[in-house]
Amino acid sequence: MQELKEASSQDQLKRNRWEEITLQKSLGRQPERTSKFQTVSLANIARLYDPTDVADVSFDRDISFPGEFPYTRGIHATGYRGKLWTMRQFAGFGTPEETNARFKYLLKEGQTGLSVAYDLPALMGYDADSSLSEGEVGKCGVAVSSLADMEALFEGIPLDQVTVSQTINAPASVFLAMYLVVAEKQNADWKKISGTLQNDILKEYIAQKEWIYPIRSAMKLVIDTFEFCTNHVPRYNPISVSGYHIREAGATALQELAFTLRDGIEYVDWGMRAGLDLERFVPRISFFFNAHNDFFEEIAKYRAARRIWARVMRDQFGAVNERVMQMRFHTQTAGVSLTVQQPLNNIVRVAIQALAGVLGGTQSLHTDAYDEALALPTDRAALIALRTQQIIAEETGVANTADPLGGSYFVEALTTEMEQGALDYFDRIDAMGGMVEAVEKGFPQREVQDSAYQYQKALERGEQTIVGVNKYAMADELQEVPILVIDENVRNHQVERLERTRAQRDNSAVERTLDAVRKAAQRGDNTMPATIDAVREYATLGEICSALRDVYGIYEEPAI
Amino acid sequence: MDNSTRKIRVLVAKPGLDGHDRGAKVIARALRDAGMEVIYTGLRQTPEMIAAAALQEDVDAVGVSILSGAHNTLCPRIVSLLREQGMTDTLVVLGGIVPQEDIAKLKEQGVAEIFLPGTSTQEIATFIRENVKPRE
Repeated sequence: MQELKEASSQDQLKRNRWEEITLQKSLGRQPERTSKFQTVSLANIARLYDPTDVADVSFDRDISFPGEFPYTRGIHATGYRGKLWTMRQFAGFGTPEETNARFKYLLKEGQTGLSVAYDLPALMGYDADSSLSEGEVGKCGVAVSSLADMEALFEGIPLDQVTVSQTINAPASVFLAMYLVVAEKQNADWKKISGTLQNDILKEYIAQKEWIYPIRSAMKLVIDTFEFCTNHVPRYNPISVSGYHIREAGATALQELAFTLRDGIEYVDWGMRAGLDLERFVPRISFFFNAHNDFFEEIAKYRAARRIWARVMRDQFGAVNERVMQMRFHTQTAGVSLTVQQPLNNIVRVAIQALAGVLGGTQSLHTDAYDEALALPTDRAALIALRTQQIIAEETGVANTADPLGGSYFVEALTTEMEQGALDYFDRIDAMGGMVEAVEKGFPQREVQDSAYQYQKALERGEQTIVGVNKYAMADELQEVPILVIDENVRNHQVERLERTRAQRDNSAVERTLDAVRKAAQRGDNTMPATIDAVREYATLGEICSALRDVYGIYEEPAI
Repeated sequence: MDNSTRKIRVLVAKPGLDGHDRGAKVIARALRDAGMEVIYTGLRQTPEMIAAAALQEDVDAVGVSILSGAHNTLCPRIVSLLREQGMTDTLVVLGGIVPQEDIAKLKEQGVAEIFLPGTSTQEIATFIRENVKPRE
């Protein structure tokens, strides 16, 4: 200890000498470009990081080896030398048939996992023929209203060989049920299939705002899926706790980190209270982060996330199994950072953001297409996005060694700063009684909104730069890229299939199974078995969600 | 009330099923900071609800935020409902992700201006200030 202190004061003396002599001389010749250097999160970055900035960081305690607690350097001992990250491009538009064709195209081009984007009616639990769905069917994702659509979506895609991630939240339990019934019809064993359900309802109230039921009932549905998957679909990840949308809504990197991890803790708390076994359900909780513009801030965020999760699981929940402590996460590049102006510049942004995700040790990655600020991606744009990952993986050499940035004064200092900032947020949220209570009070929502506004103001003052927008803008810019247009006939196509489905099914069986869903919800039983039964009878998404609405009611957002 | 003292009243509206309200909320706050009275409808308002709110709040302008691609369905309906209830001078502006091809048609249908991603909040405030009809 004494030696450490001496070494650290030696370092301080050396630093002081550098500042007095070399730095002063340099500043005398060339002053700095600006008085404040900030990240895209408006966090201040110091001129230099050196041993004095990591004096309190211990290699054994805080950094350690890859594959070892606290997993700062990654959960795999060999980094990406064993297996590259999964290249999982989020896709979905128009009819299930159109999206099925896109899936097959991406798989043929070397993509290694699928990720489904559903349209807004699906996200809100409405069928394509609901009046509320007008103008929205197949627009922001693929239109799915019943098992018949889901069968078309996965036609020719063996679910026991391809892992599928589904971005669906408020009605997630219904989509899990549809997925399982499709697997059943393909004769795929539930014990063997894998995949991920986003199913993170807390971030919906915080940021993405696609909710249906009041928050506590919605949490109950999430826990139902945990319990069901633990017992029947053990290799499936029933949740992807998502910071992505919190960030897109305006959060800083630190807020994304803090709220996402605190959400994760909340799910573990609720699972434990429902009597689930920590060692069995927590290893299947996965995470999902944003990859934004500020390269090192992002990398520090991922490293801090792993460290915090490992420590909280061990120290707060008493985990002993390392799989409980190892955080696995997906990353997507920041849609919000893409510009309509000079859209080909987005290819460069995406490449750099993706590189941050890889250097941060992500398990899977989606790279945005350059045309996403304009519309859903065309085939060509989606292909370049996939190729970007393949270039990072196979040309740059960054996957040759585990955690190449470990030990960097800057990265380690930033990682520790992020961890401390997140723990401060945890304290504030704990003082409110937990994350559900904090969300009910509007706390994370307000924090995110404030950050979004601060960023906008910084941008308009010229303190933050977006190339092609508030700097290097071009007056007579041509619209240079073709965009994907969704045919308004998608709705007709979907409504026709719904009508056919309703005509062909056994409507008394539908009524009976919907009633069972209602009863399970009323009694507080696990709703998954009844939901699966209803799906098997081709009860529609809208019908099942409506049965649950009868029991739970709907969420009304408080004014914030 | 004299136009020079009456604050410009703006309804910021978010129709459709989409929950991406970052833009709507930033704009609402920026217009407030620019000295306007702003009423935000909250999420998932139907065109009927938006028109009713505009009438009830007696606004000078309606700012619609749509990122989902549903603008061709929702915007013309909002404009015609406003006109039907006699709000012939009420300025309607749209912000969001709107393809170039749709812009001319939306303008023909009565949307005064379409603000695409990257527009500064000051530019929007200035447009509203310069284009709302003076009150008696």
